[in-house]
Amino acid sequence: MSIDLAQFFQTFFEEATDHLADMERLLLHMDTAAPTADELDSVFRAAHSIKGGAGIFGFTRLSGLTHVLESHLDLIRSGKARMTEAIADELLQAVDYLRLLLQCCRDSCEPDEAEYQGMLQRFEQLGSGAWATSTPPATALESEDGSFGLFAAPLTEADEGFGFFASPPAPAQVEEAIEGFGLFAPLDAAPPTAVDEGFGFFEPMPGKPLTAVVAPAEAVRAAAPAREAGKPAPAPDAASIRVSVERVDQLINLVGELVITQAMLAETGQHVEGPVAERLQNSLNLLERNTRDLQEAVMSIRMLPISFVFNRFPRVVRDLSHKLGKGVELVIQGEGTELDRGLIEKLVDPLTHLVRNSIDHGIESPEKRRAAGKPERGTVVLRASQQGGNIVVEVSDDGAGLNRERILAKALENGLPVNEAMADADVWQMIFAPGFSTAAEVTDVSGRGVGMDVVKRNIADLGGRIEISSVAGQGASFIIRLPLTLAILDGMSVAVGQEVFIIPLTYILESLQPGPGDIRRVAGKGEVVHVRGDYLPLIPLFDVLGLRGVHDPATRILLLVQAGEHKAALQVDDLLGQHQVVIKSLESNYRRVPGVSGATVMGDGRVALILDVADIVHASHTAQAA
Amino acid sequence: MGKKILIVDDSVSIRQMVSFTLKSAGFETDEAGDGKAALEKAKGKSFDLVFTDQNMPVMDGLTLIRSLRGLPSYKSTPILMLTTEAGDDMKNKGREAGATGWLVKPFDPQKLLQVVSKVLV
Repeated sequence: MSIDLAQFFQTFFEEATDHLADMERLLLHMDTAAPTADELDSVFRAAHSIKGGAGIFGFTRLSGLTHVLESHLDLIRSGKARMTEAIADELLQAVDYLRLLLQCCRDSCEPDEAEYQGMLQRFEQLGSGAWATSTPPATALESEDGSFGLFAAPLTEADEGFGFFASPPAPAQVEEAIEGFGLFAPLDAAPPTAVDEGFGFFEPMPGKPLTAVVAPAEAVRAAAPAREAGKPAPAPDAASIRVSVERVDQLINLVGELVITQAMLAETGQHVEGPVAERLQNSLNLLERNTRDLQEAVMSIRMLPISFVFNRFPRVVRDLSHKLGKGVELVIQGEGTELDRGLIEKLVDPLTHLVRNSIDHGIESPEKRRAAGKPERGTVVLRASQQGGNIVVEVSDDGAGLNRERILAKALENGLPVNEAMADADVWQMIFAPGFSTAAEVTDVSGRGVGMDVVKRNIADLGGRIEISSVAGQGASFIIRLPLTLAILDGMSVAVGQEVFIIPLTYILESLQPGPGDIRRVAGKGEVVHVRGDYLPLIPLFDVLGLRGVHDPATRILLLVQAGEHKAALQVDDLLGQHQVVIKSLESNYRRVPGVSGATVMGDGRVALILDVADIVHASHTAQAA
Repeated sequence: MGKKILIVDDSVSIRQMVSFTLKSAGFETDEAGDGKAALEKAKGKSFDLVFTDQNMPVMDGLTLIRSLRGLPSYKSTPILMLTTEAGDDMKNKGREAGATGWLVKPFDPQKLLQVVSKVLV
C-alpha cells in the first residue's frame, strides 16, 4: 500500500510554525541567567517535535538542523551545558532560519546549501561539539538498522500477564530483522505455554527459534487485520479544528450576498399590502435578525487575538534596543483583543515601523535619559482595545516626544505650507507627508523618510485612521483606529441630488436641520455652521462630489461627523435610513476614487458609493487652511 | 471489526499519518495528544495495541506505559514506543517500563504496517 504523505504536510507546517513561535516566545521570556526546568523542557520539546515530524515527512534539512538544536538543548536541559544570553540569541537566529527552511518546505524550493551547511556547523560548534553526534552507533542491542525491536518478556506464569522481566534488562540477543525489524529475547526467555489462557505468542521469526513475543489471544484468533473499512475514528481530543482561510472567506462572501438578498426582500416587503403584509413583515424582521446573528457568528470565525501581531514585538524590541545600545522595556496590553484576520496581517508592517520609530527616535540614549531625570530604561507600550465598532491600537513611548521646531523646519524645507501658529495636532500630521524625515542622521533602522506616509496609507487602506499625541520630554503616542472588520459596516444612506451615498455610522455624531441664522459665510473659508457654541466647517457634498443635475440647495440636512481631531458638517439632501452594507472594493473593481472608500449593493439593487469621510473632511480642512 | 489501536503523540501530523495508515489497513484507531489523555481513553475502552511517543507534555510515554501496565486489562497489550532515540539507555528504560518494543522515528507507512503485522498477527 502506498500512502501519500503530502496530505499531512499542511498539518505539519502549521504544527511546526506553532512550535517555532513557542520556541521564540520561551527564549524571549526566559531569564537566561536562571531558566526554569519547565522552560527548558518546553523549548526542547518544541525542537524535538519539529524534528520528529520533519523526519517522518521527509524534510531532511529541517530535521537535520532541529536535531542539532535539540541535542544542544538537551545538554542545557540536563545541566551539561549552560544557557546564556548569547546562546539564547543564537537559538533565536536558529528559529528564524528554521522558519525560512519551513517556508522552503512549503514552497518546495531549495534553500541555499552552503548557507544551510554554515548554519548547521555554526550550531554544531555552539556547544561542546560532543553532542553533534547524538545518534549512537549501532550496538548489539539493535536490529539491522535498529529502527524497530521488541522486548520479549519471559512469562513465569501465563495469567500473570505481560511486563514482568525475570531477568535484568541486560542486552539481549538480536533477532533477525526484515528491513530493520527485530525482536528482543532475553537469554532466559521461557517458552510460551498457555495459548488458550488469554495469551498468544508469535511464531518465532524464521530461523530464530528463541523469539517469543506476547500478544493478546484475540490477536491469535484474527489471523490478519480485518480489511473492512473501520468506522470513522472519533475526532482527536482537540476542541478546535483548523480550517483554511479560503473556506472561511467563502462563507463570509456568501453571508454578504445573503445580507444583500435580505435587504432586497425587506425593500420589496415594504410595498406589499393587504392581510399578508403584517405577517410578511414579521417574518422579514425575523430574517433580518437571523441574518445579522449569522453574520456576526461567521465574522467571529475570522477574528484572531491581536497577540498574533503583538507576539513578534518582544523580539523586534530586543534586537533593536541591543543594536542601538538603549534599554527598552516593552509592555503589551490588551493582547486578547480580537480583530479580523485580514486586518491582523496588514497591521504587522505599520506597527513594526511605529515600534522601530519609537525605539530609534523616541527613546533617548541612557545618558540623556539619566540627565533628564528619567529611568535609564525606556518603555514602549503596545496596547489594543475595542471601543465601540473600532479597534484601537496604540504605540506609545516615554521618550523625547516629537520635536515641533524640527518638524516645522523640515516642513518648510520640503515646501509644505506651515506657520508658527499651527496647532500641535496639525504639525504632527506633517510627518505623514511623503519623504518626510527629521532623523538627525539616517540609520539602517529608520530615518530614510520612507515610512510614515506608507504607514498612514497602510492604515487608510484598512479603513482606519492614525492620530498622534505627543508631549515634549514625556513621550509620544501613535493611535490607530480600525474598523472591526473589513467586510461589512453599519452605514447611513443619504440622498444627494439623484444619488445615494453611504456614510459609515462610526463617523456620525448627529444629524440636524439648521435654522436660518445658523449658517454663515466666512470670507475665504466657505460656510460654517453654528452648533451649540461651535463653528464647524460646512461641506456641501453635492458640490464636493462634483454632482450634476437637479439639486435644491434649500433642503438642507446636516450630518455632524468627526474624523480624527476634526469635526465637520456634511450637507445632504435627505436621510434615507440606516443599513448594514457589504463593502465591495472599488479599487479592485474600478479604480481608486478620492473621497470614496468603497461601494455596496443596496436593497433595491442600486449601487451606492461609501464615502471616505476622513478623506473628505481632511481635504476640506487643508483647502481651508491653505 | 478491525483491531483497535491507540495512537499517542503530541504531534497532530504524526497522529494523522499513523492513524490514516492504520485505517487504510483496516484497523480502528483512536488518538490522544499526551499520556494522561491516553490513559483516560485506555481506561474507557480496550485497545489491541498502543503506539506511544516518548516526549510529550503533561505525561510522557514511559510514565504512560508504566501506568498502563498497572491496569489489569493492559498487562499483556502490546505497547510500542515511537521514539527518535534508539540508544541503549532509552531501550532499557522502555523495557523496564514494560514496553513491548520500539519503532524509531522517522519511519514510513510501510515500516509501520510491517511492525503492526509482527505484533498483531
